[in-house]
Amino acid sequence: MKNKLLTIYRWIDERVELRDLIEFMGKKYVPVHEHSVWYYFGGVSLFLFIIQVVTGILLLFYYKGSEELAFESIQFIMSKVEFGWLIRSIHSWAANLFILAAIIHMFSVYFTKAYRKPREITWLTGMAMLFLGMGFGFSGYLLPWNELAFFATKVGTDIAGVVPLIGKPIMILLRGGEDVTGATLSRMFGFHVAIFPGLFVVFLGIHLLLVQRQGMSEPIGFENSPANQKTMPFFPNFLLRDLLLWLLVLNVIAILAVLFPWELGVKADPFASAPSGIKPEWYFMFMFQSLKYIPAQVFFVDGEVLGILLFGLAGLIWTLVPFWDRKSAAGQQNRLVNYVGLFVVLYMILFTIIGWLA
Amino acid sequence: MENIEQTLAKQSKRDFLKYILGGSFLAWVATILYPLVAYLKPPKQAEVEVTSVKVGKLQDIEKESGQIVKFGNKPVILVRAANGELSAFNATCTHLDCTVQFRKDMGVIWCACHNGKYDLTGRNIAGPPPRPLDPLRVVVQGEEVFISKNV
Repeated sequence: MKNKLLTIYRWIDERVELRDLIEFMGKKYVPVHEHSVWYYFGGVSLFLFIIQVVTGILLLFYYKGSEELAFESIQFIMSKVEFGWLIRSIHSWAANLFILAAIIHMFSVYFTKAYRKPREITWLTGMAMLFLGMGFGFSGYLLPWNELAFFATKVGTDIAGVVPLIGKPIMILLRGGEDVTGATLSRMFGFHVAIFPGLFVVFLGIHLLLVQRQGMSEPIGFENSPANQKTMPFFPNFLLRDLLLWLLVLNVIAILAVLFPWELGVKADPFASAPSGIKPEWYFMFMFQSLKYIPAQVFFVDGEVLGILLFGLAGLIWTLVPFWDRKSAAGQQNRLVNYVGLFVVLYMILFTIIGWLA
Repeated sequence: MENIEQTLAKQSKRDFLKYILGGSFLAWVATILYPLVAYLKPPKQAEVEVTSVKVGKLQDIEKESGQIVKFGNKPVILVRAANGELSAFNATCTHLDCTVQFRKDMGVIWCACHNGKYDLTGRNIAGPPPRPLDPLRVVVQGEEVFISKNV
């Protein structure tokens, strides 16, 4: 058996020079320090994404993406298909955990300034994947075609519509018409299972390639303190720890999916009033809650226009942090970045909590 | 002297080719993009223009109540105030497109999405809505209640 495997290995190696790759992996080390724990969240996000791909493909076998059949097909998956409830619950739970893990990963990179030169591209591709992740969440939310999702999609796409000039065409592009209808469902389905995964995989490929090629970022000042310069081989030590954590995450998802199966709610009815207690997914909550406080008109500008432009601007500034934070790139402490980050974290937590209590 | 002239001639020839090539490339991109963008733009569906719908009998509509009525492909809210007066509005909230409802406890037309409030004349009185609800005409003919477009 071992000889057979060796023969196969030699056959491949002779053609594509696997040896270089293995040598490269053998030389890769992960820095060990007080912030090392944050390194694991990227891997956890990756694992959750893999779960989403697998369970998503499984759901595709039964899901029907149309106004008349979407809700019923998920009912069918939940009640008739063996383990259908499990697959769908895992898909919903892992989606939320993915966003959570990706947000933690993003903030840990932000606060340790791991985005600084030479890792700007890794940061940018990461941010692109986070935004895509939210796009996955938004588009996937509508697919069960329930009441909550219907109005959330109306609000979400209407917000896109208030952006001056380009807003309206974007809204019609997203909705497939003036209103949220079955055409919107078809489009969201297309985004969710084709466009977003395609884009995501490209960014993920670049992201992972860069992480492997450049190695893990070290905290500022790490190389100047020789006493603390501990490392751990990536292969197999770090990888095995990663895998152990993945196993734990899988168990957590299984427990959540079994004990708290995801609700399906009430089928959407375009001729019903929006139900009270309507809420978006938790990761949109802080923006949703903020919109409630902006008055209808601020200096002749519509409240939502102002809100969306402010959030858009904030997101852009945040994404471009490697380019305005020159101090970290030079190996100096930058307190401004910390204060901005702290403010954003506190703002998001506060408004999310208010949103939940409201 | 001749050398420079030759170079200049060559240069302008090269520029000419550059513009031709660049122009054709742009034209090629446009021929690809145009059908794509046009494809993504949803076609206008023929809709039956609804100008009036019958809601039901006046005696079946309680005082201090509101209901959503299908008006073509749009939801419309019909409200009956405590004094028995009927009014109808486009039920789409002027804020972010949710569908409003009548709240007996507050005595207002209310939107659940962002806590917008309108009084029973459709005026936006609290919360984020920027405009009043678009009104429709309520006509009572004998026993029957009709809602029709404001002309």
